[in-house]
Amino acid sequence: MNALLLLEQGLNGLQFGLMLFLLAAGLTLVFGIMDLVNLAHGSLYMIGAYLAATLAQATGSFWVALPLAMALTAAIGMALEAGLLRRLYERDHLSQVLATFALILIANDAVRMIWGPQALMLNAPPALAGTIEIIPGAPYPAFRAFIIGVGLAVAAALYWMIVRTRLGALVRAGASNREMALALGVNVKRLFTLVFGLGAALCALAGAMLGPLLAVQIGMGESILIQAFVVVVIGGIGSVRGALVGALLVGMVDTIGRAFLPVILRGFLPNSIADALGPTLAAISVYVLMAAVLYWKPTGLFPARG
Amino acid sequence: MKNILLVPVLLLAVINPAVAADKIKIGFLSTLSGPAAALGVDIRDGFNLAVKHQGGRLGGLPVDMIVGDDTFSPDVAKQLTDRMLKRDDVHIMTGIVFSNILLAVAPSVFQDQTFYVSPNAGPSELAGAGCNPFFFNVAWQNDNLHEAMGKHVADKGYRNVYLVAPNYPAGRDALNGFKRFYKGATSGEVYTKLGQLDYAAELAQLRSAKPDAVFIFLPGGMGINFIKQYNAAGLAGAVPLFGPGFSADEDVIRAVGEGMQGMFNSSHWNRDIDNPQNRRFVADFEKDYGRLPTLYASQGYDAALLIDSAVRAVKGRIEDKNAFRAALRKADFKSVRGAFRFNSNHYPVQDYYLRLIARDEKGRITNRIVGTIFKNHADAYVGACKM
Repeated sequence: MNALLLLEQGLNGLQFGLMLFLLAAGLTLVFGIMDLVNLAHGSLYMIGAYLAATLAQATGSFWVALPLAMALTAAIGMALEAGLLRRLYERDHLSQVLATFALILIANDAVRMIWGPQALMLNAPPALAGTIEIIPGAPYPAFRAFIIGVGLAVAAALYWMIVRTRLGALVRAGASNREMALALGVNVKRLFTLVFGLGAALCALAGAMLGPLLAVQIGMGESILIQAFVVVVIGGIGSVRGALVGALLVGMVDTIGRAFLPVILRGFLPNSIADALGPTLAAISVYVLMAAVLYWKPTGLFPARG
Repeated sequence: MKNILLVPVLLLAVINPAVAADKIKIGFLSTLSGPAAALGVDIRDGFNLAVKHQGGRLGGLPVDMIVGDDTFSPDVAKQLTDRMLKRDDVHIMTGIVFSNILLAVAPSVFQDQTFYVSPNAGPSELAGAGCNPFFFNVAWQNDNLHEAMGKHVADKGYRNVYLVAPNYPAGRDALNGFKRFYKGATSGEVYTKLGQLDYAAELAQLRSAKPDAVFIFLPGGMGINFIKQYNAAGLAGAVPLFGPGFSADEDVIRAVGEGMQGMFNSSHWNRDIDNPQNRRFVADFEKDYGRLPTLYASQGYDAALLIDSAVRAVKGRIEDKNAFRAALRKADFKSVRGAFRFNSNHYPVQDYYLRLIARDEKGRITNRIVGTIFKNHADAYVGACKM
């Protein structure tokens, strides 16, 4: 185990964490500001990925498809908010869970009807197919480096938007005390729709970039949604800063766990047991992290509501 | 009791004398969605092509296919199996791709005394002490293709190999099989989560372990992503990659493309095996489905032909289980792989070939056979099977 390897695994953790952040940022804002448990957030990620894949094939360019897919998914998200989810804000969380779970089923079957049951296996755009040396001596896939760059840029842009702009001030006001923001005359209807559209666009961004790394398939949203919820819980509901810290923590713990747990276990257990135990422990490491955070900070690391 | 005579009548009705069925009901359960769907779809299409070649019948009986998608989940598979056995009352079950799914449903199938003809999954659990009179595998035992690759890698003089397989029964069979014939050092032996698609962490570990060769068993989307990411990490020309045919057939080649050229792999079948039935299978498969068949498709095709031969031999009396079993055991059909026979545990004894991925005469990237690794090879568990 050397420093070079540790650095490379750190980059992998960073890449995974930043992708989780793109999903968790939208989720935590919707949850924090509108008090809406949106299980269908993962479906927007899936729809974004399918749209990006289809548009990339149709236009022949990943770079044209990426913004188009984000805009389309944002439009779908806003239509969904205005047409359906708006009616759920006043209902209790159980109704919201039921309604958005229904949306997952509908989205999955709609995608199955349009694109068929088989997964789409995509390739990274040719310009990013090679490797670059971020760390000397350890070539790193250019596409993963690109994802890290985009993730960092989005995090910075979100930070700027929330801290420096009027829209950001409204978002913060909504997250910390919704009734007060309403009483002060904030046009919450428009704000909610905008925030929902932003969350959907970030979903599409994550879907488009993860498509070539993973697989564009039905149900891809559910598996990653669970991890995004873990991030939101760790970071504190409604806090974008918390989502970033939580996502990076989850990304690091997951990657380091997968990479080093089996090696460490082999140090003091027979190989056959270590090989069986390592992947299992790595898979639950993220949930152990969440339990630990909740034990010491029951409202998450950066709760938006003081 | 007034109608005491009713008792024997009812009993006789339950015993159900061996009358010829008027149609044969096949429960086809397979993985037809998600990243591993290409495997199940190929088995299904191969099976259907064989039925078509037999004029829509198997052994002279019209075929009633009940198709179920296990969605890669043992729970779903279990439910669908119970429905096929209880409600649809199928005569034969087949189709399952993954060993963990087969092992989840096998007890119900055997309990119901229904035959299972496996076109793929061949877990060691059903080959040795756990062999079963209602189980036949027409493809291979899980270890076999990996054994062949272990022998090849050892023969080529590699001394430090890195092994990767999913953490499920067939993954463990795979690495056991490989190590049965490769006795050199392993610089890493990694079991990944079944269905994992991102291998960044594993690839970084692999690079730092500095092996002189890598052996992977990652079927379906797992292998597609691993090989793409292996190439993207710049490992392609640096460390040679070996795998069984599962990690290097048409489904993977279609998705990965150029990067597959030069990969050696093992199989019991290939497109270029020269016999009339294989030529017809390959040509018609490509004509009907617009793509080249994989080894999975060949296994689906053979599974249907095996059933066809046995139903024909018992003249449609599939209810006579002992006669039907004896007929299946003979494997009296022309397999697309050429000659093979069943061992006493109902697994094949057959040849295994070395294949190389390269451009063929039409410029397509595809497999061709470059050598024979094993002749008449049997699995390692047959001795423990008391049947």
